[in-house]
Amino acid sequence: MANRYSLWSLLKNGLKHNESWQPAWRSPQPKPRYDVIIVGGGGHGLATAYYLAKNHGVKNVAVLEKGYLGGGNTARNTTIVRSNYLWDEAAQLYEHAMKLWEGLSLDLNFNVMFSQRGVMNLGHTLQDMRDIERRVNANNLNGIDGVVLSPKEIQDIVPLMDISAKTRYPVMGASYQPRGGVARHDAVAWGFARGASDLGVDIIEQCEVVDMIIEDGRIKGVKTTRGDIFADRVGCVAAGNSTPLAKMAGVRLPLESHPLQAFVSESMKPCLDTVVMSNAVHGYVSQSDKGELVIGAGIDSYLGYGQRGSPHVIEHTAAAIIELFPSFSRVRMNRQWGGIVDVAPDACPIISKTKVKGLYFNCGWGTGGFKATPGSGHVFAHTIANDEAHPLNKAFALDRFNTGHLIDEHGAAGVAH
Amino acid sequence: MFQIHCPHCGATREEEEFSYAGEAYIARPAKPEEATEAEWGDYLFMRKNTRGWFWEQWQHTAGCRKVFAVKRNTVSYEIAGTWTLAEGKELYLKESEA
Repeated sequence: MANRYSLWSLLKNGLKHNESWQPAWRSPQPKPRYDVIIVGGGGHGLATAYYLAKNHGVKNVAVLEKGYLGGGNTARNTTIVRSNYLWDEAAQLYEHAMKLWEGLSLDLNFNVMFSQRGVMNLGHTLQDMRDIERRVNANNLNGIDGVVLSPKEIQDIVPLMDISAKTRYPVMGASYQPRGGVARHDAVAWGFARGASDLGVDIIEQCEVVDMIIEDGRIKGVKTTRGDIFADRVGCVAAGNSTPLAKMAGVRLPLESHPLQAFVSESMKPCLDTVVMSNAVHGYVSQSDKGELVIGAGIDSYLGYGQRGSPHVIEHTAAAIIELFPSFSRVRMNRQWGGIVDVAPDACPIISKTKVKGLYFNCGWGTGGFKATPGSGHVFAHTIANDEAHPLNKAFALDRFNTGHLIDEHGAAGVAH
Repeated sequence: MFQIHCPHCGATREEEEFSYAGEAYIARPAKPEEATEAEWGDYLFMRKNTRGWFWEQWQHTAGCRKVFAVKRNTVSYEIAGTWTLAEGKELYLKESEA
């Protein structure tokens, strides 16, 4: 049992000069056989393992991660959490995640620093404003909080923003979800890893899946860089690398992997206490607890697995941010990175069974998976444990690309594709 | 950021002059009226999304505006060559057979 964190444990360990803290999760050798293997140790994969063990009593689970925990997209995103999606199916899925976020730190006994500081989506054209009105109304009908703000109301919340008519694309209003906000992304991976490990899940890092073992249309296990591991059920949650994994099983996916870049500035005094996003000029920004501006760019247009993108994408985003916040023009940027995101044709995830029995995929989250981490893990665990979709992810099956029942969320997805 | 050679106008220019146009040589079902839902879905949405050497299309939007084929490595972003769609198709088919 790892440490429980509390005021008492802080005091006790403090008095022992902090030398008796235990590692937050075990690092076991892989066993030859498990009930369930989760491929991919990002936030979604770890959440899946956690909920499998906690809600479904499936504790003989391995999470296979080719790198180290928190080394992929989980720690390469801009940490934004919101649930203001347009269509019922998507709104309910993301709102399910939002409700789990609200109790997550307590549930995991791990501070994921979830801060509901509000998320603002700006409108710069009449059509933007019509879409915003429609989306906020749709959200309210689904029981999700949201209001439409006028430029004056935006200015009251974000005094630094230039809402004058002088700008190239003047701000005409915004949608605002007060319950939205940010969470510390790597703490989410660590918290779920610790929770899952406590419940008996084996988290195996530096273990890459190189092939799948399939007999008579049924999954039997996976071949890895650390030997063959057998299981009757395998769930793949590998974001940008989902297609190569699916190919091993002869499954085709409707995904394209693109680099998505982000960057952070040097630390500054608090100046922005909400999240500001703009689809039209394309950029989003928030300020971390350390004081850095966290800025997200759009995806690079080309297909890429390189965890890096082209500089002109950053340049466009920086230009958009400076247009909105002229006072940021002297801020120096500290770090820049790219993650590989798996973009689906309708900007919605695929949480689904496949034609191979016992093989499940949770992918296609594209540019906006972080916000859904607990909800995604929760419904995917249900799908794997019962071999049947949870009511919330029924609409997100792979066969929607054959039936035509797409869920077009390009408008509410924060990043233009 | 990389430079791309346009086989039509013969210019080698920065990536920003071009637009990406996705996977190359996706075959439309030969008899559309007989294609099943699965075949249509496959044609419309399913993609190779290759990790490694990949045949794709780019358009020279800020130049001659023509579309052409590029063979590019999606991990290292190295470009093996660019061809007109017709020239590229022969090479592509030869590679797919091998």
